[in-house]
Amino acid sequence: MLIQTKRILRTLSLLAVLIIAWLLWSGIYKPLLLGLGVFSCVLSVYLAHRIGFFRQASGLHVMPRLIGYWFWLLVEIVKSSFDVAKIVLSPTLPISPTLVEFDALPKGPIGQAILGNSITLSPGTVTLDVHDGRLQVHCLTREGAQALLSSDANSRAAALTSK
Amino acid sequence: MIDLILDGLSWGLLMLGSGFVVVGGIGALRLPSFYTRMHAASLTDTMGTILILAGIILQAGLSLAAIKLFAILIFLLLTGPTATYALANAALLSGVKPQLDCDESEEPLKK
Repeated sequence: MLIQTKRILRTLSLLAVLIIAWLLWSGIYKPLLLGLGVFSCVLSVYLAHRIGFFRQASGLHVMPRLIGYWFWLLVEIVKSSFDVAKIVLSPTLPISPTLVEFDALPKGPIGQAILGNSITLSPGTVTLDVHDGRLQVHCLTREGAQALLSSDANSRAAALTSK
Repeated sequence: MIDLILDGLSWGLLMLGSGFVVVGGIGALRLPSFYTRMHAASLTDTMGTILILAGIILQAGLSLAAIKLFAILIFLLLTGPTATYALANAALLSGVKPQLDCDESEEPLKK
């Protein structure tokens, strides 16, 4: 497909998503509000164009696979939340802060952002730095660090964003 | 009957979520250093947010309000870690060294 048509398709799909979102959010269908909605949607698309949103690979193909990923992530978050809560409430405060470095399996910027944010989202691990496809993660405990290295978060994020 | 169950479930979620927010607050006070305190804050950020908003969604029932609340949940879960990363990365770049448990000679865990 021509790059030009691809870009137009991307622009139109973003516009459609924004308009659907506006119609759902507002719930009031008067001419004034509809006009304001169209105006802000077009403005948003223009701003997205200005920051180069359409020049790089779009993340839209990731969307259908996200639901399964979110469920897996939710389970991980619940598990690690109870772990961290236990640590915080225990009188001896058994922490052993550890730094972890590893290569991100997802190659694109979207996949690496998803991976880094997923790691930050689960309590007990915070992504400190993403540089040249290498992630630096701060973990609250040494066990948490080892669990992170052996977890399949990396490969799952890679599978999520692969074509 | 269904209403009663939903109400009970929703209150359970709200109470548990509030509990996590309180625990996150306690953690932010108890933990010793900058980076470890961020872990406690993420307890409030994620678990507190998920549980409390899930509780409110159950209160809203099947309506437009529930969809909006779900969207708020998604937005918070997308922007929360982004802000945390900005904070952590800024601290790292401006030279806040993480206090680590291992010896100085020991290498950080790598893979």
